[in-house]
Amino acid sequence: MFSNFLKELKNAPFAAQLGVFIIIVYLIAAIFAPLIAPYAETEIIGDVWEEMSSKSWLGTDQIGRDLFTRLIYGARNTISIAFVTTILSFFIGICGGFMAAVIGGWIDQGMSRFVDIMMSIPILIFALMILSVLGTSTPVLIGVIAVLDSTRVYRLSRAVAMDVVVMDFVEAAKLRGENTWYLMSREVLPNTLAPLVAEFGLRFCFVFLFISSLSFLGLGIQPPTADWGSMVRENSGAITFGILTPLVPAAAIAILTIGVNLVVDWFLHKTAGIKDS
Amino acid sequence: MNSILKIVAQRLALGIFTLFVISLVIFLGVEALPGDLAEAVLGRSALPETVAAFRRELRLDLPMHIRYIEWLTAFVQGDLGNSLANGREISELIGVRLANTLFLALFAASIAVPVAVGLGILAALYRETWFDKSISMVTLSTISVPEFFIGYIMIAFLAVQTNIFPSISNITWEMPFFDRLYASALPAITLTFVVMAHMMRMTRAAIVNLLMSPYIEMATLKGLPRWRVILMHAFPNALSPIINVIIINLAFLVVGVVVVEVVFVYPGLGQLLVDSVSSRDLPVVQASCLIFAATYVLLNLTADILSIVTNPRMLHPK
Amino acid sequence: MIDLTPKSERLLTMKGLCIQGRTGETWIDIVKGVDVHLNRGEVLGLIGESGAGKSTIGLAAMGFARPGCRIVGGELDFDGINLRTASPRQLQKLHGKRIAYVAQSAAASFNPAFRLINQFAESPVQHGVSSYDQAVEDGKQLFQTLNLPDPENFGFRYPHQVSGGQLQRAMTAMAMSCKPDLIIFDEPTTALDVTTQIEVLAAIKHIVKRFNTAAIYVTHDLAVVSQMADRIMVLRHGELVEENTTREMIEAPQKEYTRDLLSTRTYRKAPISLEESEKPILEVKNLNAFYSDFHVLKDINLRVLPATTMAVVGESGSGKSTLARCITGLLPPKTGTIEFEGDTLPSSYKNRDKEQLRRIQMIYQMPDTALNPRQRISEIIGRPLTFYLGLTGAERDKRIAELLELIELPTDFANRIPSELSGGQKQRICIARALAANPDLIICDEVTSALDELVSEEILKLLQRLQDELKVSYLFITHDLATVKAISDEIIVMLQGEIVEQGRRDTVLTPPFHEYTDLLLSSVPEMDPDWLDNLLEKRQQTSER
Repeated sequence: MFSNFLKELKNAPFAAQLGVFIIIVYLIAAIFAPLIAPYAETEIIGDVWEEMSSKSWLGTDQIGRDLFTRLIYGARNTISIAFVTTILSFFIGICGGFMAAVIGGWIDQGMSRFVDIMMSIPILIFALMILSVLGTSTPVLIGVIAVLDSTRVYRLSRAVAMDVVVMDFVEAAKLRGENTWYLMSREVLPNTLAPLVAEFGLRFCFVFLFISSLSFLGLGIQPPTADWGSMVRENSGAITFGILTPLVPAAAIAILTIGVNLVVDWFLHKTAGIKDS
Repeated sequence: MNSILKIVAQRLALGIFTLFVISLVIFLGVEALPGDLAEAVLGRSALPETVAAFRRELRLDLPMHIRYIEWLTAFVQGDLGNSLANGREISELIGVRLANTLFLALFAASIAVPVAVGLGILAALYRETWFDKSISMVTLSTISVPEFFIGYIMIAFLAVQTNIFPSISNITWEMPFFDRLYASALPAITLTFVVMAHMMRMTRAAIVNLLMSPYIEMATLKGLPRWRVILMHAFPNALSPIINVIIINLAFLVVGVVVVEVVFVYPGLGQLLVDSVSSRDLPVVQASCLIFAATYVLLNLTADILSIVTNPRMLHPK
Repeated sequence: MIDLTPKSERLLTMKGLCIQGRTGETWIDIVKGVDVHLNRGEVLGLIGESGAGKSTIGLAAMGFARPGCRIVGGELDFDGINLRTASPRQLQKLHGKRIAYVAQSAAASFNPAFRLINQFAESPVQHGVSSYDQAVEDGKQLFQTLNLPDPENFGFRYPHQVSGGQLQRAMTAMAMSCKPDLIIFDEPTTALDVTTQIEVLAAIKHIVKRFNTAAIYVTHDLAVVSQMADRIMVLRHGELVEENTTREMIEAPQKEYTRDLLSTRTYRKAPISLEESEKPILEVKNLNAFYSDFHVLKDINLRVLPATTMAVVGESGSGKSTLARCITGLLPPKTGTIEFEGDTLPSSYKNRDKEQLRRIQMIYQMPDTALNPRQRISEIIGRPLTFYLGLTGAERDKRIAELLELIELPTDFANRIPSELSGGQKQRICIARALAANPDLIICDEVTSALDELVSEEILKLLQRLQDELKVSYLFITHDLATVKAISDEIIVMLQGEIVEQGRRDTVLTPPFHEYTDLLLSSVPEMDPDWLDNLLEKRQQTSER
């Protein structure tokens, strides 16, 4: 399996290789953060907004912590929270979407109308609304975003499952007397895996950007936890003094999403090719 | 014509119902606050007088459904209640800011719509060329970048380094029109970038989809010049998807305004919303959320209805 | 090929035509060096099964290749103009004016936003052939000639407001709008019912003769092309198999492949003695079914005897597939009962027990969508074995191998996935899946319609052999009378949700016919170049009488 992947990767276009490389670098940073980072996450090592030096590669932040260290820990915090949120959102969305498609009838009608209404409220506004009531803690953040985002996953998984459900082989299985769980897991899921995996990449990007935006607004991951969105917010004042280092965490966000997008594009291209032959 | 009116009426009814549900959600969201609302918001150390004022302000002494009806009726009549933070009337607080936000959104839309639709159509017509590929690379990157990153890059290069535009958009309605445009140029450009990529991608996809249809091949094989194929055969059918794309993206834009306003300290509704969420000024949060959501719903509803009335199958029933 | 016609008579010459198509990143040959020539006023039939490259050649005659295809070799000469080196502008001037195209799907090929007459008038006006008013007048004339209803006003409708057969004739009229030298007909009647097909064929034949237009007629149906063409080219895998005048091709085919094509539809099941007194395996009584308010099945009564085949025949909209949905329990009927060996079945499949479900199995029209592409053949056939019969492990593997042998496929197919199989092989797997349940009745829903003719004939023979060996009954739903003739013991003819005639095969298919059965039967094209003319003449006489 893994050696297959390496072989595929060798023949992949440069963009895809770049994407995979970016993702691996980020993962290493996230997993081994305490080993890589030169200082502790909240350790104050110098003055406010010090310039780049050998002591502190990217300089220091608004209260004198090492920016590079914060960046490494930020990878760990932001990526893991976004990842957990996306997983949760997919679990809810796929279960709902598949059930709606396979069972149909009023269950489908009911769930779909509900999701229609949920989706007609812009997700940022909805999130701000709920966070203002529940307050901003990490579990609340994960729960709220996962539930809101799962409506999008529901839409897609219902649509792709619908494409499969109308196929005769699903009808054949229904007429055989198979139960809903068999239909969902054995007939529908294997045939919707490709678009769902691609969507996972894209939704991860969306959730990741969304959490970063909330953090940037001061309503996401709370200090002193290192996180890229809040780092931009906290250090934005430096930009007006012509210091560009606060842009580094923002760039880190952008590069990861670009990397994931490149891999998703490659994946979509590959799976589309399989369908043709 | 009757069936079309019926469908439009159905959509309108659904839209109004959605607005109603949203108002309910927004209202209940606050109700759902665990424990005592006043204590949760004001903290345990709050003075009893403050708590009492808070309760009076939110009319917590009345049953829930009555409060909801009162809140909604007042809202529809333009009475949005008072802010918890400074006791000012919310309608007064919101009025100017809403106008500022709409001004910014319109400004951004007037750049983004023509450019994005134009480039999207060109990319579709010249698909698989270097032009198309480079556009697709640029849009992919823009979609991947957080709004605030674009905003700060603008500030860093167009305001701090070169001093072309002001980095903070301090606008008032007393300013002459062009000064206002100048002051809000950076947020507008940022916002343009934010929605343009999506709009361009969606326009391109809609047109490519259209150009694949057999009647376009037929028109080509009838020996019509390419401009005629595109103008006469593709364009009338492309109109409805393009209108749809534009309006959906305008809805994105109205929401995207929130982050951009914070970056540029632009005195709009988004900034107010974020501040109120931080300070847990719930009545203001409720009011601004309802306004944002309603704008979003109404725009999407417009897109829906326009795509119904531009569909030839609907216009000329059997 | 001996070519005696003088040069000036020659309209189109394609020599050594090579065309490639793209699959993924690679280009593969789809037309491999075919020579085509055509004289003024001549109709050439291009015939072949799917993948023969016939449509691609048809379009190449316009100097056009679909996106994903490219012309890589050969000469292309249309009346002295080299189509391969012609500039886009030159081609543009030819298209629509001197070479016109009629596509398979008229519904998709008309622009939904414009009235038919405006689409008709577009070519003549744009090519400067006539004024708009003149074109509209011409259009009305042509609509009249093509026997379209209310020709004065017909053109002022939108495409979605007229029926499929009318739309196809409207497209023929549109192709004729500039009185071109050559028209390419690309499977123009494939999507139509037989009774509608006749009208379109008659219209095309009439108008092509009348204006002495040359035509290339692309189809997979040899009987259809023999009505239309003066000369036929049989193609296979992008190469020419045989070329001859229509009459000689039908009467004395030279190549084995052509003979095979010609001899399809001649298979007949041996008549069996039907015991009326025998207990029916399936009995449907007074069945009425609705799609919301629409009454799809009206008072259906039928009985299927053990080890026999009941064919249900009808055109689109006759309700024949709905009947299958009712029997399987997918669409519970409003009134009426379905009895299986004397026991009334619950109306919804959800309420039927495993045993009831096992005994009625189904085979579908599209083998591509009837098999889960992500499951191996062993899983596809093995699942009913485990589910119904509780077979596992070696026992199950043994039974899978037996079933594969039964449907004449190698046993190592068990490890394959559906995409590694051809259409006919996939349909065999569907049969094996149905047989795995040891059913008493198999409902076959258009099982041969999506297959090439040679393949479908083999499937029919296989089904018959299985019936003889396993004594299973078939309810055979089809629109194709050749299939009915081949495999049925009893026949039900349906029209708009009602049974118009039912009885034994020999009773239904021998004169005197029921009126609608007669219309259906007589509309099926035969391998006789004079069939269409004779039929039209006969129908003319009857209507005059």
